[in-house]
Amino acid sequence: MTSTGEYAVLAPRRVSASVRAARLLRGFRRRNILLAFSVFILLLITGTGILAPWISPHNPTRGKLENQKLPPAWIGERTTAKTVVDFGQSPDQISISKAKRIKADVVLGDRIEVVIRGSGRTEFLLGTDHLGRDMLSRIIHGARISLIIASVTLGVGGLIGTTVGLAAGYFGGWVDELVMRIVDIFLALPLILVALVLVVALGSSFSLVVFVLVLFIWVRFARQIRGEVLQLKTMDYIALAKVAGASTPRILFVHLLPGVINTLIVVATLQVSIVILAESTLSFLGAGVPPPTPAWGSMIANGRDVLKDAWWISTMPGVAILLTVLSLNLFGDWLRDTLDPRLRQLE
Amino acid sequence: MQKFIARRMVVTVFTILLVSLIVFVMVRVSGDPRTLLLDDYASIEDYDELTANLGLDKPLFTQYAIFLRHALVLDFGDSVVDEQPVTATILQRLPATLQLGLAAFIFSLVIGIPLGILSSVKRDSVWDHVGKVVALLGQSLPPFWLGIMLMFFFAVTLDWVPPSGRYEWSSFILPAITLGWFTTAANMRLVRSSMLTALDSEYIKLARAKGVSESVVVWKHALKNAIIPPLTFMGVTLGTLVTGSIVAEAVFAWPGIGLLAFDALRQSDYAMLQGIIIFFTLMYVGTSLAVDILYAYLDPRIRFA
Repeated sequence: MTSTGEYAVLAPRRVSASVRAARLLRGFRRRNILLAFSVFILLLITGTGILAPWISPHNPTRGKLENQKLPPAWIGERTTAKTVVDFGQSPDQISISKAKRIKADVVLGDRIEVVIRGSGRTEFLLGTDHLGRDMLSRIIHGARISLIIASVTLGVGGLIGTTVGLAAGYFGGWVDELVMRIVDIFLALPLILVALVLVVALGSSFSLVVFVLVLFIWVRFARQIRGEVLQLKTMDYIALAKVAGASTPRILFVHLLPGVINTLIVVATLQVSIVILAESTLSFLGAGVPPPTPAWGSMIANGRDVLKDAWWISTMPGVAILLTVLSLNLFGDWLRDTLDPRLRQLE
Repeated sequence: MQKFIARRMVVTVFTILLVSLIVFVMVRVSGDPRTLLLDDYASIEDYDELTANLGLDKPLFTQYAIFLRHALVLDFGDSVVDEQPVTATILQRLPATLQLGLAAFIFSLVIGIPLGILSSVKRDSVWDHVGKVVALLGQSLPPFWLGIMLMFFFAVTLDWVPPSGRYEWSSFILPAITLGWFTTAANMRLVRSSMLTALDSEYIKLARAKGVSESVVVWKHALKNAIIPPLTFMGVTLGTLVTGSIVAEAVFAWPGIGLLAFDALRQSDYAMLQGIIIFFTLMYVGTSLAVDILYAYLDPRIRFA
């Protein structure tokens, strides 16, 4: 910067796409293994989510009861205790004629250990749940639900938050003061509790989940964007735009918005994992998208009472959430360090 | 200082008002409580009497004022399910929740702080990697799933601890880990980064230069300054422990307020739920207000931020 006076009035230098890509790649190489892993997982989840209706092997909401609680395909054999009855009725009962073949001296009402052979089938790769529905298909469709909820929430919340943040930062004064106090109030709201009361009042639904999450997420955008705008608006190019007669909306969206776009991308990426975790917590508690829609959180809740016979029902969707959120965090951290290292201190 | 406290108080009051308004509006929207409270054989007189009792004949604003006045003295009426006063049930469940919260809090300090110190002092060692994994998993593991997995391994499969309920001390372990896991990871991260900053500073170099032993440098000089950010974070922590208890208690059938909220949700017990929500909000907002004021008092930088 030799001729400072000449350049300071200009907007931040636009970085060409190729330079930007090169920068991203340089950061990429440094932590390549973990990052490649997370990008792979994210592509996998997004891909299966989008293509769910075409690639899922079974109907996610319909199953045959005779197929209930089948273990994952790689588990061939398992033992369970069954009660000996006249005629086998439920899965934890066995008819006396069959029981005699295992142990000759059983009587009615005994409990005996039964080895179930070959119950894991390749047709149900990750096993089936308590209603005989294919776990893999439900996880794939669950990815779709999470994706839809996350994108709608971030879209709406990001739009509201960014607009409010831009306005609060740019206008300052009482507008800023009012907005920031409202932001404080929303940050202090206990999300889960508000969600629960809304669900009891209005009944659980897809739009309610999105509404609650937007309520929770917009303030995070507003706060971050406002902080950025406070710095940006003191720059000379904004003053020049004003002198040149640019309208307020033009200054906000044409001159200020491009300056905060990196922050916006980073905040959005880091919020996706929060939205996915919050959504799964709500559906675990029974306040999410109502059944039979397969949401990861409610699938985990379904398996809770049958952990002993069918551990996979709770385990598999949890692994899906863990992998997704982990990858999002890794990817988001990398994106933050690469695009906007200053945000690191604001964590 | 006064200005800071006043501003925080105003936000707190408005938060509580907003939550109470949401609760009030939602309960009114959800349907006529009279149809829930009266059976099919009720007469018109019963109906009118109940209307007057509940104050439903008055304008909405007056109803809200009455609701607020009752909420102010923690009177939330009777549960729709067991017809007992809501407040009495909540107070009876309170000790269990507080005990669990305390256990989780202690867990997060006992594990999080030493791990943070270790990973900052022995950078790039095994401990540092353990710390990084803990930090990452802390952000990424859904707490309810962690709870179920812990229950599956340590209670159902290995049978080391009871799977649920609140009995002897061993029944505290799994719920406390579930509830405290996120906070543990957060404490660890904060201690690690503030220790790294402290260890890199001039006064540490001076201490080392004049020959102070390494353990005194770490434990006395560096830690004293590095412990401030994690302390500030504890206010936030207390709040998350309050609301996080819903998940932990639901997983482990822990007989506290969180489980009460979970059951009230499933039974559509709106009276109970509205009581719990106001109660939880008061606890949540109250602790963060108290902590904020305390820190503003301790650290002048916060007051003027």
